[in-house]
Amino acid sequence: MRETLRFLLGDRLVELDRCDPTLTVLDWLRLDQRMTGTKEGCAEGDCGACTVIIGWLDRGRLRYEAINACIRFLPTLDGCQLLTVEHLKGADGSLHPVQQAMVECHGSQCGFCTPGFVMSLLALRLNEAQPSVSRIEDALAGNLCRCTGYEPIIAAGRRMDEIAPREADRFLQGRETVAARLTALNDTKTLSLQGEAGRFYAPATVEALADLVSAYPQSTLVAGATDVGLWVTKAMKRLDPVIYLGRVEALHTISDEGEHLRLGAMAGHIDVRAALATLSPQLDELMRRFGGEQVRNAGTIGGNIANGSPIGDLPPALIALDATLVLARRSEGRLERRAIPLESYFLDYRKQDRRPGEFVEAVLVPKLADGMLFHASKISKRFDEDISAVCGAFRLTLGADGRISEARLAYGGMAGIPKRAAAAEAALIGRPWDDEAVAAATAALPQDFTPLDDMRASAQYRLKIAGNLLRRFLIETTQGATETRVAGLLAEAGHG
Amino acid sequence: MADARRKLDIAVEAGLVGSARAHDSAPKHVAGEALYIDDIAAPEGLLHAYLGTSGIARGRLLKLDLDAVRSAPGVVAVLTATDIPGANDISSTHLHDEPVFATEAVLFHGQPLFAVVAETREQARQAATLAKAEYAEEAPLIDIAAARGAGGRLVTEPLKLERGDVAAALVESPRRLQGSMTIGGQEHFYLEGQVALAIPGEDEDMAVLVSTQHPSEVQHMVAAVLGVGSHAVTVEVRRMGGGFGGKETQANLFACVAALCARKLKRPVKLRPDRDDDMAITGKRHDFVCDYEIGFDDEGRIHALDAVYAARCGWNADLSGPVTDRALFHMDNCYFYPAVRARSEPLFTHTCSNTAFRGFGGPQGMVGAERFIEEVAYATGLDPLEVRRRNLYGAAGRDITPYHQRVEDNIAAEVIAELERRSDYQARKAAIREANRKSPIVKRGIALTPVKFGISFTATWFNQAGALVHVYKDGTVALNHGGTEMGQGLYVKVAQVVAHAFGIGLDQVKITATTTGKVPNTSATAASSGSDLNGMAALDACETIKKRLTEFAAKHWQERPEDIAFLPGLVKIGAREIAFKELVAAAYLARIQLSATGFYATPEIHWDRKAGRGHPFYYFAYGAAAAEVAIDTLTGEYKVERVDILHDCGQSLNPAIDRGQIEGGFVQGMGWLTTEELVWDRKGRLWTHAPSTYKIPVASDRPRIFNVHLLENAPNREPTVHRSKAVGEPPLMLAISVLHALSDAVASVGNYRVCPRLDAPATPERVLDAVERVRAEAGR
Repeated sequence: MRETLRFLLGDRLVELDRCDPTLTVLDWLRLDQRMTGTKEGCAEGDCGACTVIIGWLDRGRLRYEAINACIRFLPTLDGCQLLTVEHLKGADGSLHPVQQAMVECHGSQCGFCTPGFVMSLLALRLNEAQPSVSRIEDALAGNLCRCTGYEPIIAAGRRMDEIAPREADRFLQGRETVAARLTALNDTKTLSLQGEAGRFYAPATVEALADLVSAYPQSTLVAGATDVGLWVTKAMKRLDPVIYLGRVEALHTISDEGEHLRLGAMAGHIDVRAALATLSPQLDELMRRFGGEQVRNAGTIGGNIANGSPIGDLPPALIALDATLVLARRSEGRLERRAIPLESYFLDYRKQDRRPGEFVEAVLVPKLADGMLFHASKISKRFDEDISAVCGAFRLTLGADGRISEARLAYGGMAGIPKRAAAAEAALIGRPWDDEAVAAATAALPQDFTPLDDMRASAQYRLKIAGNLLRRFLIETTQGATETRVAGLLAEAGHG
Repeated sequence: MADARRKLDIAVEAGLVGSARAHDSAPKHVAGEALYIDDIAAPEGLLHAYLGTSGIARGRLLKLDLDAVRSAPGVVAVLTATDIPGANDISSTHLHDEPVFATEAVLFHGQPLFAVVAETREQARQAATLAKAEYAEEAPLIDIAAARGAGGRLVTEPLKLERGDVAAALVESPRRLQGSMTIGGQEHFYLEGQVALAIPGEDEDMAVLVSTQHPSEVQHMVAAVLGVGSHAVTVEVRRMGGGFGGKETQANLFACVAALCARKLKRPVKLRPDRDDDMAITGKRHDFVCDYEIGFDDEGRIHALDAVYAARCGWNADLSGPVTDRALFHMDNCYFYPAVRARSEPLFTHTCSNTAFRGFGGPQGMVGAERFIEEVAYATGLDPLEVRRRNLYGAAGRDITPYHQRVEDNIAAEVIAELERRSDYQARKAAIREANRKSPIVKRGIALTPVKFGISFTATWFNQAGALVHVYKDGTVALNHGGTEMGQGLYVKVAQVVAHAFGIGLDQVKITATTTGKVPNTSATAASSGSDLNGMAALDACETIKKRLTEFAAKHWQERPEDIAFLPGLVKIGAREIAFKELVAAAYLARIQLSATGFYATPEIHWDRKAGRGHPFYYFAYGAAAAEVAIDTLTGEYKVERVDILHDCGQSLNPAIDRGQIEGGFVQGMGWLTTEELVWDRKGRLWTHAPSTYKIPVASDRPRIFNVHLLENAPNREPTVHRSKAVGEPPLMLAISVLHALSDAVASVGNYRVCPRLDAPATPERVLDAVERVRAEAGR
């Protein structure tokens, strides 16, 4: 056990012996450190005004990622480096190339969102050389600006590396020093931190995690905190104790195990996307549209599933792919593992099949076999950084006779849980993959779902879309030249 | 004080004015060093207030038990209406319909009932949730249909504009049609939420730092609530993190509550609502239902127009009167209606009180106007752009607006023609038609729509401004005026005007925070008027100082006044050239006053609301946009692929700043008409109360091809400051082109024979509905 939180704030080592488990990075910066450059715009990880950069050691490699400070808990920064907009100017007071580009391109008007954009652009610069316009847009999807219309900010994203080459960036130049300092901070001891509002645990091994979850079955398990953060900032819940999974290195692992991919529960959306993209470009596009870049950086596959949201976007895709969920818990001195089909994990609205002491350890995702067709579509009011009205993911297996031998149609946003369309699937079996099959499945969908009206869409629209996505699937798999997408990677790749 | 009616005849010349200077705060913005209210170092003893709000939308408050609030950790005090020493009234239009705290009648979900003050904001926020209120709840009237169904109570006097005999003209028209359009509201989503910090002083003094577009109104409201004279209250704002109209009146509540608490506790108090509470409590852009009847002919000419614009105003009048008025003032856009009648219906509803929002009703009026055109186009089978052209204001006989003002500066036809050429509209349109035939799922659409926007507050008395300019002994200048900076670049524009006037560098002008202590009785920074009014007031102050300096120099160096000129970098006195600061230093020793106030009142304007007649606008700002979109007819999803804009800024004071207003205004308008949808549930709770559910455009929503140009060689006909034109609001309405491009794409599924009647916001769901409706009608 270690009872001191340690991280770098810029170059400065911060050591805290007491800290509330859910104190946000933003409140700590603004209220405690009086570093007010980082702004609060929404306190729910949506607007990006609070964007900061976290430097962390991913299995020994230093990664810089933009995250939302408003929903990130300070103790989760243990062993990390925190960079804020205040760290960018040079020692001589000169603007950093990202800042200079924003000024030159007239990228700020009211200026309130600006520090967040600067940090998102810096994170992009630190990670990628010569990003395309699409990539700049992706990197900024989690930053809202209400003044500029974004054009000058995109221009700044293109300009920044012209002002000074990225290789010369002092944050890249200083990587080794920072990595060494972080290495010294990273140990395998469990961090146990007491604050007025409760206790925070951050184990570093699966075993220690299992012990803690077993010892505190009522604890809140926190991964990326992109949803739990809102329980604190919006619902004003007190969480005690909090068990943070981010330091458990083994949970970050993604491995190719032949027939399937094994995705550790703490694998982040960026890495999961890269892995799933090898299965299908449809998954690449689906995951491109998860939250904003900050949420994709913080969010994890385990969190997206374990959270049990009816509108999480990974579960429909993974259910369609027939993924298996691996849960683990401490039992009589050993780790007891349980593998279940992912779809059976979701019992009812916000109710999951997670037993006391259990935590999600990994997801096994089968690769697509020959004869399988796959599709994933997310429909939302806004393309980027929005929550699905409907998310549909489908896997069809065609037999040698060209007829559908297996159908897995999974939807989000259609019921209280991510759910398969059993009647529509049945309607497809034995049919050739054609217009009639789509019509039959579409006609069966009302038996499968009674969706809700809400602020995202009407029930009627949801049901209509659920069927129309099958039609899109058919067209994309049988009429390659037909344009079916108006935006995104698939549109740029030829369906557009 | 100068004669306000004097026309300052200003030559257009090279120099600071007209140069694309960066926003004065840009280096601070990017470094996180620009201070917003919540960033300012807290005064010693700061406390935090939070609002306790109603949990129902309509009913009577029977009992409010605040014991648990009082005993919550950190709580210092709980205040209700009975703690108000002055008036429990912050009605900006003085209709006495907006209490600070509800006392009996609850009129919307989220209405403030009390304030709790605690040592920390978190404690105050937690405590505010602990109140136990008992209500006699009634069914709320949430939308326009419900309000009309219940008798159509109005929050303020409606307006009627009328010219000609519309009933007779409709009868005589070769063709007639009727229709109805719903036009959604819009949340401002200023990135910096509402915030106020009140610091009590000696006597009855109160200093309030607040994110507001209207410091003078906050000052007067705080004074009224505290029951003190306005001279006891000083309101200051250096900058806002966005306003867009949402801080014209909506900051009053937060400032008054902070000041009330500060007064009661004799300690500084800050009030900053959470984003969700901000969105639930504060007003938004009005949503409208526009019912219309059009008389027209087969050539697409409109003969008569009769329209009713009904607006959801919410629980009090606020600015709904002038907002609905401005909707009517823009129900013509660029088009002449030979006979016209327009009526407003500002309806009372049990929702947040809708308020100013960039365009101030004008956009809704104009969206209606473009629907009228579209209806006529589909009814006659003519190209909508051709119908637009045929109905433009023209020469005498076709140049009178529905409010009887003559359109004297009309350049709409030229702007349209030039944009049509630059955007290659006709060829692209033909190509789109052709491509759509071969694309079964994705359809493209294109539309070109113009904008004519009236500049001036329609409340004529607001068209005044003051400035205060100090020249110090070293030649540096401190500039203050009544305009507020919300990102629009007002400060730098006015500073350019001042630096230009003296011939000094921009770095010699210090821009200081707007404060009621320096310039009194200011108008809101609104109606796009900021640089028109404050630029002229500042220039007036500069001219006063220059006149004194000129007289001094003429005497001192024995030259004629007409031989003295303030040129860039130097002052020419006869053959002598000296630095501005040398002149100033000499003038100081000669005891010449180096400080002046300036004042400006817009000339020529007048408006008789009862008669519906007058000359409410000093001039019009014009523009046009051509948008191209792609829609997915399976899902209703769409993408704006290309936009071309030509916009009239007159002789731009700062093309970079103006371009920012055009692009930003366009994208904001596009959001309003596409993905930004406000949804209330049946209980009157705002369902879209956070960015997770309320979707403003993100980076990828902007058009990838975005050709934006300022109209060249187009000085304002009127002698505005350096012949520039206001630019804050007009570009927002360029986004109407997106709605019509979507409509054009939808129409393709009916072979362009059925008017899509696409309402706003055109969410993917609405687009898909329109696709299916058009398909069904075309198949009949």
